[in-house]
Amino acid sequence: MRFMEPKIDQLRVSKVLSIIENDTEEARRIIDELPQRDYFVIGVTGSPGAGKSSLTDRLACMSADEKSTAVVAIDPSSPFTGGAFLGDRIRMRRATDDPEIFVRSMASRGNVGGLSPSIYNTVELLGRSGYERIYVETVGAGQSETDIVNLADIVILVLAPGLGDDVQTMKAGIMEIGDIFVVNKSDLPGSDQLFSRTRAILELSGKQLPVVRTNSIKGNGIEELHKKIGAILEDHVDSGRLSEKRRKRNLYNNLNSAYQIIKEHYAENAKLEELIKYLLENIGRESK
Amino acid sequence: MKIKVLVAKPGLDGHDRGAKVVAMALRDAGMEVIYTGLRQSPESIVKAALQEDVDVVGLSILSGAHMKICSKVLQLMKDSGIGNKPIFVGGIIPAEDAEELRRAGIFEVFGPGTSLKSIAEKIEETVKK
Amino acid sequence: MSNREKLEKLKDDWKRERVTPLLKRFPERKKEFKTSFDGPVEILYTPKEDEDYEEKIGFPGQYPFTRGVQPTMYRGRLWTMRQYAGFGTAEESNQRYRYLLSQGQTGLSVAFDLPTQIGYDSDDPMSEGEVGRVGVAIDSLEDMETLFEGIPLERVSTSMTINSTAAILLAMYIAVGEKQGVDPSKLTGTIQNDILKEYIARGTYIFPPDSSMRLITDIFEYCSKNLPDFNTISISGYHIREAGANSVQEIAFTLADGIAYVQAAIDAGLDPNVFGKRLSFFFNSHNGFLEEIAKFRAARRLWARIMKERFGVTDEKAMMLRFHTQTGGSTLTAQQPMNNIVRVAFQALAAVLGGTQSLHTNSFDEALGLPTEDSVTIALRTQQIIASETGVADTVDSLGGAYFIEELTDRTEELAMDYIHKIDDLGGMVEAVRTGFVQKEILDSAYKYQVSVENKEQIIVGVNEFVSEDKELKDILRLDPAIENRQKKKIEKLRSSRDNGKVQSLLDDLREGARGSDNLMPFILKAVKAYATLGEIANALRDVFGEYTEAVIL
Repeated sequence: MRFMEPKIDQLRVSKVLSIIENDTEEARRIIDELPQRDYFVIGVTGSPGAGKSSLTDRLACMSADEKSTAVVAIDPSSPFTGGAFLGDRIRMRRATDDPEIFVRSMASRGNVGGLSPSIYNTVELLGRSGYERIYVETVGAGQSETDIVNLADIVILVLAPGLGDDVQTMKAGIMEIGDIFVVNKSDLPGSDQLFSRTRAILELSGKQLPVVRTNSIKGNGIEELHKKIGAILEDHVDSGRLSEKRRKRNLYNNLNSAYQIIKEHYAENAKLEELIKYLLENIGRESK
Repeated sequence: MKIKVLVAKPGLDGHDRGAKVVAMALRDAGMEVIYTGLRQSPESIVKAALQEDVDVVGLSILSGAHMKICSKVLQLMKDSGIGNKPIFVGGIIPAEDAEELRRAGIFEVFGPGTSLKSIAEKIEETVKK
Repeated sequence: MSNREKLEKLKDDWKRERVTPLLKRFPERKKEFKTSFDGPVEILYTPKEDEDYEEKIGFPGQYPFTRGVQPTMYRGRLWTMRQYAGFGTAEESNQRYRYLLSQGQTGLSVAFDLPTQIGYDSDDPMSEGEVGRVGVAIDSLEDMETLFEGIPLERVSTSMTINSTAAILLAMYIAVGEKQGVDPSKLTGTIQNDILKEYIARGTYIFPPDSSMRLITDIFEYCSKNLPDFNTISISGYHIREAGANSVQEIAFTLADGIAYVQAAIDAGLDPNVFGKRLSFFFNSHNGFLEEIAKFRAARRLWARIMKERFGVTDEKAMMLRFHTQTGGSTLTAQQPMNNIVRVAFQALAAVLGGTQSLHTNSFDEALGLPTEDSVTIALRTQQIIASETGVADTVDSLGGAYFIEELTDRTEELAMDYIHKIDDLGGMVEAVRTGFVQKEILDSAYKYQVSVENKEQIIVGVNEFVSEDKELKDILRLDPAIENRQKKKIEKLRSSRDNGKVQSLLDDLREGARGSDNLMPFILKAVKAYATLGEIANALRDVFGEYTEAVIL
């Protein structure tokens, strides 16, 4: 393995990320000092056990051939002890072995939307540090993790047979967030059915969204998925949807940062928190 | 600030009961534990420590390969520029070897029968310093 | 009033009149007494009136084999005292085996090092620091020839603890036999070949479960035709228990593994009446003395029922659960290590009272390193004392009919069966392992146990109670670190002297075979004979099958 000689200074990025995770005010200061850059955020979400991590692992390796790539994988914090068990590296052997890919695990730290409180600043720092493709894998706790929509330029919703991932029974919210639908574990029985049902439902709802079948263990379908992601991103650039997404992401980042700073420094002021929460929950609603 | 700990199993030995039970205990002590699973090379352990910016690295080794593995991890930590991250080692380590490991720069060696509480306390104490 | 009701009333009277008043003055030591699987342990057990003796307990050597698999048990022949050994190079192990054989031993039990078990050559970067450590290093047929030099394979039975690379080592064993002029059909022995428990507990897996199961059934099929006297699997609960499972989980998950293998063999066209006789099991004997005895009895009865009722087996011999036992390695303490001799003695006694067919007793210094010759001798003597001095081998199933033992046997069987049903609901053992269900159950038990030790609910003498200043053990076996280099040089020499073109083309054939559905044993055998290395063969299969990543279960 080539070691410790990546193009981007990972040690520096890593240390700054720790600051970002613990001190939002300082995070903003550091980020503002760095020049803005273009980067894409690719969100990966879906039920636990659907194979999100191994799929992200494959995709990250593929995009690392062309673009500098980072992965952020989020796992839940224990509501009782505040501790967390972050095991995504286990399933990301390829990405973690690639000297150029930066992989970071994060705990949700009380955040309920499937992300972590500092995710916006984390992504912004990675982008300004030179990472052009940033994959964000959500907690995947099964609840509706719709926050990823505000963060990512494109959201991949991973489904797999045998998990009760029947799109008909899925909360409407989760179907709304996907830009690409992936039926993973294509070798398992029930995969054909899930694939055709997903397609039928999307058709019924009048959406022309791609459904891709993959086997993230063996690697089948990953290339097709990777190409589709590229095509959609390009399309977003051309249609101007991307700049709209970015405008929103910035908005969310600012709001979220304000919220975090208040939480960190003025936690006792409950009314302020309520207001910010209200703003966070309601902003961008009109666009749906 | 949350304490971040990397728990890794280097080498080929597949007995991960100790590593996992310790990981659970540290999580329950409020720490964020990054667990990398079996068969980690010294390179991937140091890379994980670097990318995750952990406060402490814990290695679990039961196959007897501890001398070689630890010296390599220590060397790579130095080369990578991470600096002096405390490294803890758990497993079947003869007293003589444990002594040598400490001399070489391993922070602490936990043998069989070490209580989970004392491991968590030791880590907290070390990080706070 | 039935006898049962009469007895219940008497027991209630006794409790009310004798126990309750006493408890007011002298409370019991603990609030509740429990088994390792969290079952209640009551103050007293009494006979069950409604028990159908014939159906549930029966006679030794008869269905459902609760009391033992042979009619005379140890009155005829004692259990086999079989100690697992091997380390360093093939030369060193060969010398040890020849010595053991010259002392009258007829069977060998070979331990391999981790690179051999996981399919890496000694010169692979992954092998660094591991070569020859926990067993002998085998890289090619050349090493296997050395390992068995001067040992006539038609006269010894060889047990090999090998799983994901079992097909390769078995092929090497066959090839050595042929070089000695021994027909494969004359070979006897056992390969562990139990991959499911590797995913669950022991960790020496390589390939994903479906490919591993294919290799296993390929071995079953090949051996049924070519090595009819070879035991093709040893279904192991030992490591599952070591990983932290309780007694119920140990037998539940082991028998569930067994079900998966039998089903795979049936699907491959083998007859369970024939094949069932080639199955053997491997259990742990832990600290809970009575619980362990009940566990062995429950396992026998449950397996007999599974073979008969689930698989429709008619030959009683194919319903018998024959097993090897090893005392619990994780119960050994590094503190006050001599106490381990006593622990091992109780565990060994439980295995004998539970009717084991063979037994390995651990050495007292194994929480500190590899055992020395002295400690191994004490371990063996422990078995000999049980066999010759205690008298427990003179009657069959001497604890059968003890009220508590029968109750525990019933309870263990029942709870294990619940687990098996649950696993069936999850889609079988392969699926339950893939999703991490089994691993999670075991880890939860392991964590709970550890917490109970920390709380001193569970006392471990010398660890959390009765602690004393440690006297250090001076005598610890050390391995020569030069072994790794010697092994690397050997492999380098081999690579420069063999026909590399032929090796490459045979490895290509193997890849091609792996992509299809033909039995892979003949491909592997050919490659082995051309001196393809273990790592090369394993890598060719990795190319096609891919590698397994463990389930994330925390």
